Amino acid sequence: MVAVSSGAATVTLPTDEQILIMREFDAPRHLVWKAWTTPELVRRWWHANRGEMTICEIDLRVGGTWRYVMVADGFGEGGFHGEYREIVSNERLVSTEAYEGIPDADEHAAVDILTLEEVGERTRMSILVEHPTKEGRDMHINSGMEDGLQDALDLLEGVAVSLR
Amino acid sequence: MARAATTADAFNAVAEPRRRQILDVLAGGEHPVNDLVVRLGLAQPQVSKHLRVLREVGAVEVRGVGRQRLYRLNGEALKPIHDWVSGYERLWSERFDELDVVLNELKEEEAEGGSSE
Repeated sequence: MVAVSSGAATVTLPTDEQILIMREFDAPRHLVWKAWTTPELVRRWWHANRGEMTICEIDLRVGGTWRYVMVADGFGEGGFHGEYREIVSNERLVSTEAYEGIPDADEHAAVDILTLEEVGERTRMSILVEHPTKEGRDMHINSGMEDGLQDALDLLEGVAVSLR
Repeated sequence: MARAATTADAFNAVAEPRRRQILDVLAGGEHPVNDLVVRLGLAQPQVSKHLRVLREVGAVEVRGVGRQRLYRLNGEALKPIHDWVSGYERLWSERFDELDVVLNELKEEEAEGGSSE
């Protein structure tokens, strides 16, 4: 099957502490929710083709925890975990997110708010990531930068064109 | 082209929320300072001060038309910020492309009535 992208994700920085990720999917909301909250399904997309997910645990209840570990090609192992704070099936998921690669990970945990909105047969997703500090937010962005560095040169050209 | 070092770079310039508001307005087109004063609800000296910082890093350009001075956005100066975020954006784009594949399968399963939903 050929994967047809529904469009690129947009990432914006609404405040100094926040990251906002948005994307529309060509699927009804309950399926997006299912793919987001079912470990066997998360394992299939969260890796972003950068490696392999070795651990994917989801205990989907308020106070329950999640943990994702990935071995990224050329970057070694990286783990993330958190706790679910608020769950409204198919609509809204609030959880903490700690990056295990830094000291006192839980102290510096971000709060992620996932929102799914129906747009006809499609679903508009937004993920608002809120860090306690600007430094934490910036570090989070930088971690993505490293992953994407191989492609950075290709990107520069496209970015330059889009800014004209 | 080499320039004298300034204390501010593009990152510092947009760290101030009011200056980001100014950039948002200018992203919609060229405006005289009075427009910005009205839209932001700030006094003109404050707006002028922010515009000066944005001009120093090249994020905003100005030209005179008659007696008016029109300010406009210069996206190229904000490119370092765009580049910085784009790696992260790419990570999520590729993640979502994989999610699309999973969703297509779920849709097919559901259409066949084989879903355990």
